[in-house]
Formats: sequence, C-alpha cells, structure tokens
Amino acid sequence: MKAIPRAALYVLLVAISAAFVLPLVWMLSTSIKPEAQAASGAMRLLPEPAGDTLTIAAENYGKVWNDPAVRFPLYLRNTLIVAALSVVGMTLSSAVVAFGLSRVRWRGRGVVFALVLGTMMIPFPVIMAPLFVVFRGLDGAMEAVGLLPTFESLRLMGTLKPLWLPAWFGGAFNIFLLRQFYMGLPAELDEAARIDGCSQWGIFWRMILPLSRPALAVVALFHFIYVWNDFLGPLIFVNDQDQFTLARGLQLYQGQAGNTPWNLLMAASAMMISPILVLFVLTQRTFVKGVASEGLK
Amino acid sequence: MSAAREARATLTGLAWCAPWLIGAALFLFLPMGLSVYYSFTDYPLLEPPVWAGATNYARLWDDPTFWRVVRNTAWFVALSVPAGLIVGVVLAALLGGRVRLARLWQACVFIPTLVPVIAGAMVWMWLFNGELGLVNRVLGLVGVRGPAWLVDETWVLPSMVIMSLWGVGQSVVIFIAAMQDVPAYLYEAGRLDGMNPARQFWHVTVPMISPQILFSAIVSTINAVQVFAVPYVLFRKPDGQNPAGHYYSMYLYESAFVYGQMGYACAMAWLQMLVIIALTGLMFWASRRLVHYRGGGAGA
Repeated sequence: MKAIPRAALYVLLVAISAAFVLPLVWMLSTSIKPEAQAASGAMRLLPEPAGDTLTIAAENYGKVWNDPAVRFPLYLRNTLIVAALSVVGMTLSSAVVAFGLSRVRWRGRGVVFALVLGTMMIPFPVIMAPLFVVFRGLDGAMEAVGLLPTFESLRLMGTLKPLWLPAWFGGAFNIFLLRQFYMGLPAELDEAARIDGCSQWGIFWRMILPLSRPALAVVALFHFIYVWNDFLGPLIFVNDQDQFTLARGLQLYQGQAGNTPWNLLMAASAMMISPILVLFVLTQRTFVKGVASEGLK
Repeated sequence: MSAAREARATLTGLAWCAPWLIGAALFLFLPMGLSVYYSFTDYPLLEPPVWAGATNYARLWDDPTFWRVVRNTAWFVALSVPAGLIVGVVLAALLGGRVRLARLWQACVFIPTLVPVIAGAMVWMWLFNGELGLVNRVLGLVGVRGPAWLVDETWVLPSMVIMSLWGVGQSVVIFIAAMQDVPAYLYEAGRLDGMNPARQFWHVTVPMISPQILFSAIVSTINAVQVFAVPYVLFRKPDGQNPAGHYYSMYLYESAFVYGQMGYACAMAWLQMLVIIALTGLMFWASRRLVHYRGGGAGA
C-alpha cells in the first residue's frame, strides 16, 4: 500500500528538479547546436549528427570568445578586477568593524550596531541617483584642492572605482554576520592573548581572523557572487565599453536582439554562469551554511 | 572606570568602526540626505539644482507613466511574494523530508538562484520565445497554443512571476534548515493526538518555521519592490518599452539617467523607500500573532 505513494513522491521530486534545471539544460543544448538547428527550436538535446557536438560547441564558444564587437575576455578581466578588489575590501573591512562591535568594550557600541542593522534594508535604487552625484562631487572636491588633474589615477568617475571602492568600507549584512560569529568565541581567548603580550590588533589579526575563516569564506563567497551578478552598478557608473563588466557586456547582445543567433547568445550566457556553478560545486558546504544562516537573523 | 579610560575606550571602539562609519556617511547617509533635498529641486544633472518646492511630487501625481509603473510593480509584488512563500514551503517540506538523494533534489532547486540575473533573463528570453521557445513547444505537445509570453501584455505578469519562482531556492534552503531544527517530540505529540501528516505540517511545521517565513516574506517583498534587471533586459527594446513590463525602479533609473531629471527621480526614490518601510512595518505588525518565536520570547 505504502509503496505506491512513495513512488509517486519520487516521480514528483524528479519532475520538480527537472523543471528547475531544464532552463539551464536547454541553454547548454542550444549553445552546442549550429545556428539553423538552434533557431528551429526542435526539441533535441544534441545537434544532428550528434558526432559533431564537440566541433560545433568549440566553434560557438570560440565565436563568442573572439567576437570583436562584444569582447568577452575584456569584460571577464574587468569583472575579475572589480571582484578581486571588492571581495578583499569587503571581507577585511567588515571583519575589522565586526571586531569593534563584538570584542572591544566601549560606550556607544550598541548605538553603532543598531545603526548598522538599520541600514541593512536600504535598497540600492533609493540611493543610486544621488550616489552618482556624490562620486562626481568627490572628483570635483579633488579638483578643488589640486589633487586632480595632477594625480589623474585618483579620478573616480569614468573608472571602475565606484564599483569596488565602497566595498572597502564594509557592508552592513556582512558586518552583522561576522559580529554574530565573533560574539560566539569565548572571551578567555582575548585575555590569554593579552597576557601573552598581544596587542588588540594582534588579537584580531593573529587569532580572531584565523579562527573565523569559515565565516570569512561565507562573506567572500557571497560578495563575489554579488559582484559577478551586479547589473545596476555597472549600468550607472560604467559608460565606456572598454570598462564593461560581464553583466553589462552580455546585455550588448540583447541590444542587437534579432541579429544575435540564439546559439551564440546561449553560449555567452553559459560562459557567464559556469564559473559561479563551478564555485558552487567546489564550496557547497560553505554555501549552504551561509544561506541557512541568513534565515537566523 | 575613570572618565579618561572610558574616553579612550570609546575612541578605540570608534577607530575599529571607522571604515563603516566613514563609508556609510559618504555612500549612504550623504546620498540619502541629498536625495531629500534634490527631490524638492529641479536638477537636470548637468546644471546645478534649483529649488522647486513640491512640484516633483505634484508632477508624479499627474504622471500616467508613474501610475502605470506603480500598478505593475504592485501586481508583481502581490503575486510573486505569496507565490514564492507557498511554493518555497511546499518544496522545503518535499525536499527536506526523509527522501533518498535529498541533497541532489535540493541542489537542483538551489542552482537557479546562482544564475546571474542578466544571464537568467537571456535564458528565459529564449525559453519564452513565442514561436520557437521551449515553453510553447512543450505546451504544443499537449495541444495548447502558448502565447507570446514576453510580448503579449496580458502574459508579461505571469512570465515575471514564473521567472521569480525559478529563484525560490534560497527560501527553500532556509526553510529546510529551519524544519530540521523542529524538535521531534512535537511531531511525536502530534501523532499521539491523532494528527495526520497534513495536519502535522500545518499545525506543527508551519508555526515552528514562521520566523523564517516572515524573514523570507520581508526580504522577497523588498526585492520585488525594487525589481529591475530582468524586466530591463526583457521589456525595454530598441523599438520601445512594453508598457506591461515597465516597473518602478526602471522608471526611476530612466528619470535620473536617461531623461536627466534628478529631482524627479529622487522624489520617486523617497516614495519607494517609504513604501518599503511601510510594508516591512505592516508585515511585522500583522505577524505578531502569527509568528511563533521559540523560547517564549516576544510575539509568542
């Protein structure tokens, strides 16, 4: 009796999983077909004849990689630059602030922490327009005091800086996450280190940071994905095509919608998605822990 | 502690928090303050702002495009958020229970949440294609003639909700984690009282994970109110904007950076902020009796 509903349950599970994965499977399938077969929309997983799969795949992905109009390698490089600078800045500065909010005793700590929590919900669209003015104003201020144009490399607008600089000041959610982690570490640790002659910075740098590696990994991972996915930031601050990130570059194809063949569009999408999926497979444990901890706020 | 030592401690604490304090002042509070001011000015971005009183707000009131984006966004929030919660809880119950290969099913549902929105939009553009898209091909197999999902104005909202449901995996993982923390004796007690699995789910599981449901409701509402990238890519074509796919944040962006009306955009931004605060407050208020916090704390 019980075997029948059990079987039905597994049919259901397979159907649900398939529904969620199918869009990506279809993307891959389209990306390895020749243009005419992809555009026919025929429901086949592999190209016809199937023996040509690898050749066609290599050709499609090669075309995307070498496209002179939409320069994938350049956008990848820009994205990686922004991601590397943001992730390092975000992780480090959030850890510093979280330390100040958990393992240093001082009056006003509660107020600052409440302020951090309060800003967690401010949506980016609300500040995006004036943020543009602020960055432009910072350039103006540097011009007024003579830093610009003398030190041209300090200029913010028209560079990738607006995309990664704010990360160096920490992020409210990441500060919160790390602070919770630091609160859980026993206070005796600090005392022992202090008796051994460790300075406060030494306690942070040599003890707390190494101890909090799992939490730091969660912050770094999530921020990397955030940067990789971010579309609105680059849309507002990056106008020069030489500085496009992948998210912005991929959209160039859509601008030419109609003349971009579907197989190439899907190959480009797959190329943007795959690094994240690989990262997920490699770090699955960290991932699931991070997502689950979000719900514990 | 002496006053001097206390002052030193405060300085030390402030020093540790300096990165965030400076960053928030510069990149959060300053823009927010400026946007209040700009919302009362006429500010074409290339010229300095000129005080205009409440004209931006008055113009919004009379702007049919503004009301259209408000309506579209409200419908999207009203449908996608509850749909996401229901599907999320049901999927969590199915995938988080005692089934074989649980990790595999969970991974399948979670993977779409990793897909960069822009790439996801491209994939759905292909799937929802009226003639060649996979969705309509599959519907054709069962004899249904699918619509032009992303073109036909009546089907834009359903498409948006389906695409948002594809990203439900994040909530599913949160709900599963919460469900695994529900103590077994509660189910035991339910069984002794003669509850069938459906009643156990409704009377034990759902109340026990209600804090996570509330959290998820708030986060997904905030995100849905801001929806931008997907409709920007799918409904803003060189030959014009699909009116049914025009959303609040898109119009805000266009006002500021396409039409160069910074004051108008800031007025919109502030209204959006107020709506988000109001919705969040409303959900907290409405949930006082519905959400059960373990440990008998507030709200129980």
